[in-house]
Amino acid sequence: MSNMYAIKDHTVEKNIFINRIVAAFIVISLLTTGLIVRLIYLQIVGHEHYASLAKDNSIKIVPLVPTRGMIYDRNGKVLAENTTSYSLEIIPEQVANMDDTLQRLQTLLDVSDEELEQYQKLRKRQKRFVSSPLLLSMNDEQLAKFAVARPYFPGVDIHRQLVRHYPYGDLAAHVVGYVGRINETEMKELPIAEYRGSSHIGKLGIELSYEHDLHGKTGYAEIETNVQARLLNTLNEVNPEPGSNLYLTLDIDLQKTAYDALGGYNGSVVAIDIKTGGVLAFVSRPGFDPNPFVVGISNDDYEALQSNENQPLYNRALRGLYPPGSTVKPFVALAGLEYQAITPEQKLFCPGYYQLPGVTHKYRDWKKGGHGSVDMNQAITESCDVYFYRLAATLGIDNMVSFMQKFGFGEKTGIDLVGEKAGLLPTREWKREKKNQAWYPGETLITGIGQGYLQVTPIQLAKATAALANQGKVITPFLVDKVVSAHGSHPGSNLSYYNVSVKTDNFNAVVAGMVNVVHSARGTAKGINKNITYQIAGKTGTAQVLGIKQNAKYNENSIDFKFRDHALFMSFAPVEDPKIAVVVIAENGGHGGSVAAPIAGQVIKQYLEGSHEN
Amino acid sequence: MKTETRHEQFEAPSILGNFLRRLHIDIPLFIGLLLTSMLSLIILYSAGSQDMDVLMRQVSRVGLAFMLMIVLAHVDPYQFKRYATILFGIGIILLFAVLIMGQIGKGAQRWLDLGVFRFQPSEMIKITTPMMVAWYLAEYAMPPKAKQILIAAMLILLPTLLIAKQPDLGTALLVASSGAGVLFFAGLSWWIMFAIVAFLGALTPIIWHFMHGYQRDRVLTFLNPEADPLGRGYHIIQSKIAIGSGGIYGKGWLGSTQSELEFLPESSTDFIFAVFAEEFGLLGCLGLLTLYLLIIARCLYIASQTQDAFSRLLASSLAFTFFVYVFVNIGMVIGVLPVVGVPLPLISYGGTSIVTLLAGFGILMSIHTHKKFR
Repeated sequence: MSNMYAIKDHTVEKNIFINRIVAAFIVISLLTTGLIVRLIYLQIVGHEHYASLAKDNSIKIVPLVPTRGMIYDRNGKVLAENTTSYSLEIIPEQVANMDDTLQRLQTLLDVSDEELEQYQKLRKRQKRFVSSPLLLSMNDEQLAKFAVARPYFPGVDIHRQLVRHYPYGDLAAHVVGYVGRINETEMKELPIAEYRGSSHIGKLGIELSYEHDLHGKTGYAEIETNVQARLLNTLNEVNPEPGSNLYLTLDIDLQKTAYDALGGYNGSVVAIDIKTGGVLAFVSRPGFDPNPFVVGISNDDYEALQSNENQPLYNRALRGLYPPGSTVKPFVALAGLEYQAITPEQKLFCPGYYQLPGVTHKYRDWKKGGHGSVDMNQAITESCDVYFYRLAATLGIDNMVSFMQKFGFGEKTGIDLVGEKAGLLPTREWKREKKNQAWYPGETLITGIGQGYLQVTPIQLAKATAALANQGKVITPFLVDKVVSAHGSHPGSNLSYYNVSVKTDNFNAVVAGMVNVVHSARGTAKGINKNITYQIAGKTGTAQVLGIKQNAKYNENSIDFKFRDHALFMSFAPVEDPKIAVVVIAENGGHGGSVAAPIAGQVIKQYLEGSHEN
Repeated sequence: MKTETRHEQFEAPSILGNFLRRLHIDIPLFIGLLLTSMLSLIILYSAGSQDMDVLMRQVSRVGLAFMLMIVLAHVDPYQFKRYATILFGIGIILLFAVLIMGQIGKGAQRWLDLGVFRFQPSEMIKITTPMMVAWYLAEYAMPPKAKQILIAAMLILLPTLLIAKQPDLGTALLVASSGAGVLFFAGLSWWIMFAIVAFLGALTPIIWHFMHGYQRDRVLTFLNPEADPLGRGYHIIQSKIAIGSGGIYGKGWLGSTQSELEFLPESSTDFIFAVFAEEFGLLGCLGLLTLYLLIIARCLYIASQTQDAFSRLLASSLAFTFFVYVFVNIGMVIGVLPVVGVPLPLISYGGTSIVTLLAGFGILMSIHTHKKFR
């Protein structure tokens, strides 16, 4: 009725409200009664049933943890396996005299004071009915001795567990990664059922990226136990499904060759199978031993790894950002041809420096006095900077960038590893946004020789190199070739690629220059053309770590090692039918031609000839 | 000052009574809350494996919450009405802020780090939403007409959806029911209520479609816990075993075996009722439910004694939300409702919910003790 009137009628409103209060109380009482009925059902009707279930929780549901999948290289060599380890664990509740027991164990098994102290600390934090380890991994002698004396040690028992082991240690740590104990944050996000009973999870590398495949499916058993928690009967069992085995495209022998070839340099070597995109070698040096991470690395050791100035934990191949230096020149040359900014035969004069119109600043060539008049082939062969300054100036930054982007610069490659960096392909918009500045013409010049803001990751440069060798077919690189489970096998990642349309003649012109880098007398990497039956196309690069003043001279010997230039080399072979693309970055290596190229040469040789030349 | 003298004319001139009136505390409600909080500490001691640190942390939280309650009880209810829109607006902005920061941080985020302390905007909105809806509806004649119902519904849906997106289904549910409570007490026609229920029923498949995977799991588990005994069903199975094994008289304080042996997860937080039921049995449960009902009854009584529409709607809605809290939590622990993250009010371990709850009771006390006689 009150709907009819806009003005408030307080009596009517009060009545409505009191009615509602009464209604609410009735609803609340009814719902509460519902709760009580359910409680009566559980606590009176079902009491006996639940009490028997609860009686020492005599029927337990025990998770059956699946075995983690193995990881193999392309030739079936084991990169990650599960080894058996035995620990000695004590349940304090079941031990009559703890001090006596510990003392006897110490004399019997030769337990160190340190281990004993560790255990005492652990014991204080744990509940009395929780089993905690005195010895984490027992040797054969300890096992044998304890097995005999076991009846005299109630509450003490041997536990068998599988421990992840990486036989190649630091060689493949950045590819395979490692597993570690599940931490609290991970615990919250994990599917509870799948991980009940699991103690470890992939933390890095393939172990992390393919956690889902490697882990397997947890099973469970319903078991009946007596008051002493001795197993009486297994009522029902659902077996676990072991994790899938992974077969990588990686060749661990090639990986070793590349790793060793880097020698004392920090850096990275990436080799890709040009036809498939499968990664053959993925080196980041220095590596680190992943095995301590599995059992739990000590704080001191971890601290040492973190503060090590060579940064062994840093995955350079995946996340290292380097100026590509002259290794971008083939791409800039190709862009020049495609945009018809130049022809292969057109010659440009190099006096040893270049000046923008109306600017006094001299952009210098690496070669004092210059290369004279050079065409594209010579410019690539001798790595003439002035040629590329002029080409970059004609092309303009917009064309250069949009062309290079097609080859994957400035974007993640999409490799099946977590944590990849995208590198940086600078544009006008990027500079406006990040630095709030206009793009300067001089910056176009230095981008043309791979300096300035431009940054690439080794895997990115390798992907681009493979695309160049493939005449514009840009393939996403990957590491896992096959995932093999009990039900069958499927590929780790689907072959994915796209084509950049570039004229074949233009490709051939650029590649011809790259061949001369290695195979002509004036080539910057001519040192690696001895004793080979195939042709390599390559390009050296030297990336500045330190800015050099206008008139100062860069003197390698007078500069602190860590400020020395990075040495780079990008290459593929054989030229007629490209099979492998290799990128090498040797930090502070100085010259691409003398340091980086020979490393690539060794990798290519071993892959194509199947032998390790030493 | 004028009202003070009037009070003295109406009230018996007792010194204690006068003192408490100045404190603006409602004695029956205060006693009920105090009893429940003390009960909470007793159970927590047992459920938290007799850890004194855990207990002391909770004592300090409860103390803080009680102080906030008393402070709010001193605020004139007119001020709540006056600032309702602003407080609601701030709450919504903070919810947006949390959502945006959550997107940057990739993952569920409910906290806003203010440097000094961390703040959960969804807690504040639990009170400001009914405040806002009450403020809006109080302007018009009751029962609300179609246009007002629609606008009120939007005021409720906005914070609810923002919280559901976090995702925090439990809190979203509480916020929605606090707003819906206001509409109910404003006299929303029964027919419309049935229509909404029917509509929501029809909407179920669509809601299902938009649910997160784990939220679906919870519903499925609720329907059939035995299908997944290691995973989602584990909580419900273990909690039923704990409750059922308690029987009529319970196993006595500290006598719970299920939480002791860690078969019962989250025994201090959302599943604390299972520990309580195991230790104190059916009789204990009836006692606790009675305590809750007395608190709710007192709140509804306070609501019935109010003189203006805003106070009336806010007070009754706060009382109703408190019941929803109790019902949803106990319902999920005894396995008649799906598992959503709602703590047992005043009992579960944790600071945020108890602070908000007692803030609500502070507002109720303010409404009751600032009455003006017209």
